[in-house]
Order: sequence, then structure tokens, then C-alpha cells
Amino acid sequence: MKIIVCLKQVPDTNEVKIDPVKGTLIREGVPSIINPDDRNALEEALKIKDKCKDTVVTVVSMGPPQADVALKEALAIGADEAILLSDRAFAGSDTWATSTAIAGAIKNIGDYDIIFCGRQAIDGDTAQVGPQIAEHLGIPQITYVEELEILDGKVRAKRALEDGYFVVESEMPVLLTAIKELNEPRYPSIKGIYKAYRENKVTVWTANDYEVDRDNLGLDGSPTEVNKSFTPPGKASEVEMLNGDAKEAARQLVVRLKERKII
Amino acid sequence: MAVKVIKEKCVGCGACIKVCPFDAIKMVDKKAVITDKCTACGQCVQKCPVKAIEKEEGKKGGVNVDEYRGVWVFAEQRGGELLNVAIELLGEGRKIADELDTELTAVLLGHNIDDDAETCIKYGADRVLYADSELLDVYTTDGYAKVIYDLIQERKPEILLIGATNIGRDLGPRLSARVHTGLTADCTRLDVDKENRRLMMTRPAFGGNLMATILCPNHRPQMSTVRPGVMEKAKPVEGRKGIIEKFAPKLTADDIKAKVVETVKSDKPVVALEEAPIIVSGGRGLGNAEGFKLIEELAKKLGGVVGASRATVDSQWIDQPHQVGQTGKTVRPGLYIACGISGAIQHLAGMQDSKCIIAINKDPNAPIFEVADYGIVGDLYEVIPAFIEALDNVDDIMEAIKAVK
Repeated sequence: MKIIVCLKQVPDTNEVKIDPVKGTLIREGVPSIINPDDRNALEEALKIKDKCKDTVVTVVSMGPPQADVALKEALAIGADEAILLSDRAFAGSDTWATSTAIAGAIKNIGDYDIIFCGRQAIDGDTAQVGPQIAEHLGIPQITYVEELEILDGKVRAKRALEDGYFVVESEMPVLLTAIKELNEPRYPSIKGIYKAYRENKVTVWTANDYEVDRDNLGLDGSPTEVNKSFTPPGKASEVEMLNGDAKEAARQLVVRLKERKII
Repeated sequence: MAVKVIKEKCVGCGACIKVCPFDAIKMVDKKAVITDKCTACGQCVQKCPVKAIEKEEGKKGGVNVDEYRGVWVFAEQRGGELLNVAIELLGEGRKIADELDTELTAVLLGHNIDDDAETCIKYGADRVLYADSELLDVYTTDGYAKVIYDLIQERKPEILLIGATNIGRDLGPRLSARVHTGLTADCTRLDVDKENRRLMMTRPAFGGNLMATILCPNHRPQMSTVRPGVMEKAKPVEGRKGIIEKFAPKLTADDIKAKVVETVKSDKPVVALEEAPIIVSGGRGLGNAEGFKLIEELAKKLGGVVGASRATVDSQWIDQPHQVGQTGKTVRPGLYIACGISGAIQHLAGMQDSKCIIAINKDPNAPIFEVADYGIVGDLYEVIPAFIEALDNVDDIMEAIKAVK
């Protein structure tokens, strides 16, 4: 079986701090990680490989040259091949342009049975790129996958809903997006890390290395654009800090709430 | 489209570097240089004191936008019941359609759900496009995307709003890719640029304490998903008139590649955060999963519901249905108590419209205090028990206050 896993390198938002004076992110020292849902996607691919040995798992990412760290990590965890799409032409892509660039690369890889993506990335939370890749490739999709079975030439997945789930079946090739309930991602072994760095098997493709319409890439190829960005307007009234020890502060709080008839 | 520095004007002050949320500007020979990380957000353009930074409009493809008219809302139903978010979007869609002086259409797909079509009219739709087919009874990506895509091609709406449910977030991107248009996820606010008939879609942007307004200038329809609870429902009007176009869509079983073979409703109690009058939320400051017991105790005391920050859900201290914020639920209760939550923008986006906010946090600089009405700097393991005790003795405390006055 041939499996492609799409993953994204993201800043670890759990480590992000906000500058109290400027109200902007402090980016220095924020580590980059493989997007959490994408790790579940990779894990599921590797679980299939554990069961059927002739499976080839290829990881694909789009990003700046330094995103190869995420791909090396994926190789160390157990992926077989890694392709990084990196080109100035991709810069500023919205989800439509991103999915176009990735779908083009997947077409160039050619043969695949399953494409795994994470449901969404923690730095954008759009959950769009997976389904858009599926559409560009003209293959079915099952999103929010929390349980997966491989049958003969088919997949059967539990896809999560807010109030339950659907069991969905599809022929392959199919694109699946993983949520964290799907599995418990494994960690790279020391041997795996050593091997990934020694072999350095990350292949870099620019937009010239495969067939893709350049007009559909980057800022200019993106249907959406950022019109403006702004700091959210603060609250009209200032916060009232309740001082004193815990007991005194709690007492003042109860009085305020009672006076405002909130309790 | 790109952001450019006019070198002759740049004085190398560095104001743009400080304000750039994407770390995309560097200083080379005392001149600002824009790097590939730039997303053309324009923050630096606004900030530059000498107007040395410009935003250039690039050549873009797209469609003849004047051929597109009308506001559409995807009226999501499950098991024949319209979702609340569909009704919320009809309320918002009504306002937008009025501003643009155009029709509001509900797009309803399902089987034997004529009542839902009536409901859409009652909540503000001028027209309902009601595709009735057994194949649409349960949502499938392939079936729904085909029918709505065909409708878009035929009728050419200028705006399409979709609820950001687990289903809407499956359908939206699939459709946007097929139509070749932009889709802005999880908007918290929609405005209209009347003159250019552009939808201004505002969402919290990662990269700082920032909101971004997104446009889709040259492609149609302008698509946006909005999370449940963000928009307010309109009041239903009994006897409101509208046109219901019921039709049998061109759809066969073979069109549906990913087939739903079973639908299961969860028997877990639903965490009704959106309807709760009081929410007590815990964050990373709790330190461990056990901490939620204290949160629960306070919630119980106040007759409220337990909420949680993303960090605690990610750490599996509590289940995802409790999560408040950009990737969780959007809430606006009468009272929101944030305990040990620092207040990342993702969290604030989900709760800052609460009527009264109390923040309890060790860090006096935590951003949560900026949206709070009342703040207590301290250890939540001391403050919450003291708060519970004070609630037990509330009558005595009020008496004592009166006596002093």
C-alpha cells in the first residue's frame, strides 16, 4: 500500500507568550513542532505499515527550508520518504493556493491509496487544506476520523460529530483527516533520529520541479486576502482588581456580584 | 499583491519590525526588507511613520463579480431538525441581504423536511432552495457538495454562509475548492462594504493579539464559516411570506463515493455550554486533571457548567466538549469565571462577550485581566475555596456591609 501523509510545521502555541506591553506574540524561543493532528495522521499510517510490511509512507510538507526539521522528525518516527515543497512562489498562500500546491505535488508522486492529513493546524485552525486537496485530486474524503479499519480495497471510518458519529465507507484512493482520538502517536527512537539525520532523505521540490499552474500559487494565486489586521478593541470599562488575601478578595467579589444581582 | 518598502522613504526606525505579527521584516543596511514570511496583512503599512511601506494590488484571476447576486445560508439539519447555527446564520444573513438590497436564500438539503423549509422563512429567508431526495437524508460530502455546487453554478450567489460544525467544516472547503473561491474559517464578525459589495470577514488571527479582516475580492461566492453561538438568532415572524422551491436534485447513488453506512447518536450527556447562564472554566493554572474537581465544585455551587481552555483539553485533563475558545465553543453567559487561564486570543475569542467576567490568575500580567470585569491575583487553590466559603456566607457578608454603611 502507498500512503501519503501531509504535515505542517507549526509554532508550539502552548509555549507562546504575549508581550504584556505591546500585546504581540513573543516569538523568540518558541519551538517549532509537527502539528498535533498531523502526528495522529502519521501514526495511523505507520500502524498500517506495522501490519502490512510492504507499505510505503511518504510525508509531504510545504514551508520554508527550515521545515525540513519536521520532516526529519517524521522520518525518525518511521516514515520512508519525505518531500518538502519550498519555494518563494508558495509564500503567502491561503488555503486554496496551499492545497493547489500540495495536490500538484501529490499528482507528481502519482501512486497512492490513502492520503492522511491532520484535521487542522493549530496556527490557523481552518481545517480546509485536507478537503481541498481531496477536491483538487477528485478523490473522496472522510474528515474527523476517530477510528479506522482497512478492508479489502476499502476503508471504513468512524467520523466524529458533535453529537455522535457516522460510520463511513469509501473505496481507495481516499483522503482522511485525523483527530486526536484516532490514536496515541509514537515517539522517534534514538536510532531513528540518528538514521534520519545521517541519511538526510528530505527531497526538496520547488514549483519548477512538478507541474502546477504558477498563477494559482502564493499571494497572487490566493482568492482571499488580508484586508487589515488590528488589535481587538479593549473592554469599555477597566478591570477592577480585588486586592487583599484570598479571603478578603473573595468577600469583595461576592459583594460585587450580589450588588449587580448576578448571584 | 504584495507589501513593498519604498527605500528612499524608509528611515530605518524599525517600527514595522516591532508591529509585524509574522516576524517577516528585517533590517538590512538601515532599510526595512520584507521577507517571504509576509502575508500582506498590512499591519506595517498602517504603522510606518513616514509612509514608506505600500501594499500593491497584484493581478488576480477571478470572475465577473457583477454576475453574482444574493446571500445564501446553508441550512444544516440533522435527523430532520434544523440546527441552531442555521437559524443564527439566517439572522445574520438577513442583515447582510438588507444592506446589499438583495434576497436571502436558505439552501436546505434533506428528505421529507418541508417543516424546516417553513422554519427558514419564519427566521428571515426570502426563498428556500429545498433539494428533496432520499440520498440527502444523511449528510455525505459527495452528495451535498454536488447539489450545492450545481445550484451555485446555476444561480450565482455572491455570498454563502455555512455553520462551522463538523459537517460544515467538511462541506465548506470541498465546495470552495470546486468553485475556485475563497473560504474564511470561523468568522466572529461579518460586515459589508456596500459600495463594492464585498463581505468583510473578521476572524482572530494567530500571530498575536490580532484580529484579521479577510476579503475575497475577485472570486464568488464569498464563502465564510461561522461557529455556533457567534451570531444572534433573529426573532421568528409567524406568517412571514417567502418562496419555497422544492425540487428533486440530479443525484444518483453512484455520485456518492464515501457512503454513510451507520449513524450513531452519542448517549453521553451534551455539555450545554452555549446555553449555560454561568460558566466556570479551568486552565493550565490548575496544574493537573484533579484541579477540575474544584472547578466543578464551584460550578455546582453557582448552578453553572464547567468550561476549559484548550491547553487542558490537549493535556487530556478534561473532554473536548468542555472547551471554550476559537477551536472549542463560543459562549456569552451572564457570568464567566476564568480560573488559571492566561487568556490566549483563541480563548478570548470564545468568551469575551460574556456579560460579566471574573479572572483568577497568579500572573498579574495575564491577558485575561484585560477582558475581565473583576480580577483577583492569587493562587486559585486558595481563592476558589475562599470564594465558595464566601458564597455560603453571602447573607452574613451583605448584612455586615449594610451595618458598616
